[in-house]
Amino acid sequence: MKKYLTRKIIIYLITFFIAASLDWAIPRLMPGNPVSLIVSRFAQASSGSASQASLVTKQMFDYFMQAFQLNIPWWEQYALFWRNIFTGNLGISMYLYPEPVINIILSAVPYDILFLLPSILLSFWVGNRIGAWAARSKKADNILLPTFYILTSVPYFWLGILLVWIFGTLLRVLPMSGAFSYSMTPSFTFAFIFDYLKHWILPFLSLFIVSLGGWAIGMRNMIIYELESNYSRYMGSLGASQRLIRKYSYRNAILPQVTGLALQLGTIVAGAITTEIVFSYPGIGYILFEGIMNKDYPLIQGCFLFIIVGVLLANFVIDILYMFIDPRVRIAYTEG
Amino acid sequence: MARLLDVKEYKVYYQTLKGQIRAVDGVNFFVNADEVFGVAGESGCGKSTLGNSLIYLKAPMRYAGGNVILDGMEISRLPDEIMKKMRFEKISIIPQFAMDAMSPTKKIKNIVVDLVREHDKKMSEKDIIDLAIKRFKMVGLSENVMNMYSIELSGGMKQRVVMVISTLLNPRLLIADEITSALDVSSQKFSVEMLDEFKEKKFVSSVIFITHDISVLYQIADRIMIMYAGHVVEIGNTEDIVSKPLHPYTKLLISSLPKMGVQFSQNRLTGIPGYPPNLLNPPTGCRFYDRCPLRIDPQKCKNEIPPLVEYMPGRYIACWAYTKGNDKNG
Ligand SMILES: Nc1ncnc2c1ncn2[C@@H]1O[C@H](COP(=O)(O)OP(=O)(O)O)[C@@H](O)[C@H]1O
Ligand SMILES: [Mg+2]
Repeated sequence: MKKYLTRKIIIYLITFFIAASLDWAIPRLMPGNPVSLIVSRFAQASSGSASQASLVTKQMFDYFMQAFQLNIPWWEQYALFWRNIFTGNLGISMYLYPEPVINIILSAVPYDILFLLPSILLSFWVGNRIGAWAARSKKADNILLPTFYILTSVPYFWLGILLVWIFGTLLRVLPMSGAFSYSMTPSFTFAFIFDYLKHWILPFLSLFIVSLGGWAIGMRNMIIYELESNYSRYMGSLGASQRLIRKYSYRNAILPQVTGLALQLGTIVAGAITTEIVFSYPGIGYILFEGIMNKDYPLIQGCFLFIIVGVLLANFVIDILYMFIDPRVRIAYTEG
Repeated sequence: MARLLDVKEYKVYYQTLKGQIRAVDGVNFFVNADEVFGVAGESGCGKSTLGNSLIYLKAPMRYAGGNVILDGMEISRLPDEIMKKMRFEKISIIPQFAMDAMSPTKKIKNIVVDLVREHDKKMSEKDIIDLAIKRFKMVGLSENVMNMYSIELSGGMKQRVVMVISTLLNPRLLIADEITSALDVSSQKFSVEMLDEFKEKKFVSSVIFITHDISVLYQIADRIMIMYAGHVVEIGNTEDIVSKPLHPYTKLLISSLPKMGVQFSQNRLTGIPGYPPNLLNPPTGCRFYDRCPLRIDPQKCKNEIPPLVEYMPGRYIACWAYTKGNDKNG
């Protein structure tokens, strides 16, 4: 057990090191200087004589190069990057200058968690139930399976747009974008929570419905596979009821599903980019999108760092979880 | 002697996309109370299909005719609800796939308790576990096995665990399918001895012992049935079959064995040239015709299926050379 954990932790640390280094390197390897972009944006906005403008531009350029610590050698930048990670300093946003990246991300995370966690968990639970039902009822299967295939092949944003159109434009019963109305300020009042929920329901539904199909199909196929297995046949030969055999097959069929669930949970911090864009829902996905549109490298870098940590943590949690739910893993590692 | 099992013109086919595979195609035999009935034949001749279908006829297997009478009761087409009660209590099986007969994520203890509880709701968990532990000790397994998962057990241990589970409710008839095939010689011997002991202790009354290795049957079987391509070719007492095989296939089968007790590892008999026929479109006449050195009446052999007849008391043969009053063979 201890050996297993130590080994896993070392592997995850190495992975984190490599992934974070790439996260640092990639924006720097991309062509173009982001600072020039900001400066040119400022220059366009201001007016004045050409020589004055070029002087201001030069000063602004130097100022921003220093502010983003781009005027020092790359190895110092790299060392600084790691020091900053451990002090929780992810730099300053260019697009929302001078807001620190960490603050932007932390303000987005609650929206992600409150929106994604319920929709992922609920669709997992409901999807597996329905999948198991489809596996045992030929009639249900004939209707459910095609439905689920359509659901999973629908792009996430398409269903979102459809929902927005129906409930926002056609019926005008639900708001179409944002996490709450502009007139509101976040607070623990009934009015705000109600307003928040009204904004929450459509993104939640679109993600819930689309993921449902995948879970259900996965579960259905796994159960059918398990029901054909030799242990199911042996149980049947000894007069076990279908109920008991299904219980056993569910126990085994759920294992790969749990892996999928944990991986999805890991991407919570990444948000559901397309859904968030469709609904202008201010989660990390939306922030990342804004960052990319505005070439805000510190913000992009910060978002990716969060995503890396999220995915690795989720994987780590699965590894631990598997020790408990799958005896094969437990035995392989406690004996080896 | 009282017959425990009587099988008449029994047919079981596999329904596949290409058509029907006639794996068991009109077999006749009976099993007496308190005997070990050996079933031998090359791999693919339908032994497992026969054994599995007797207890749990499940798709893609399909009942295609005949009767199965167990203890005076016709069971071949019983509603599943009634047949469920018979399984494990009256008729049980150690399947050929014993190595993965147990779910990898359940402890042996849970498997045992769950299976017994399906039949006897009143038996307490403790009683079930105590009974299983007693039986486990009998086959040389410690009670720790109860708390293990099947993946922690060696092949021989799994085989023994399945043997204990399958016989826990003292079924009248046990079908033991290739229980020695996956094992080394000493474990083979042990398995056979255990089966003998279980019979001695009346945990089971009769055993249908299925194997592709006829030499194993010398030690354990009272009578032997030889199958070929979904048909029964010969049935008789073990000594008679071994010392005086009559059917040309049995003769070749016995003579191809190097000597008593030596196992041959190939599934296909190397001693007999040619291959068994395809069961998707089997030949119309005797299924051994293509490989038969005798062909007593080539026209008849090729076109008509020889019936299984009692050639001598207790000796059944399906060959045109051995119809009653016809003794032209050498
Ligand atoms: N699930 C199946 N589907 C189709 N054909 C099968 C299936 N299982 C076995 N068969 C065929 O049935 C025949 C008899 O197989 P089996 O009963 O396993 O033989 P044995 O146990 O004597 O080796 C073989 O021709 C085999 O290919
Ligand atoms: Mg077999």
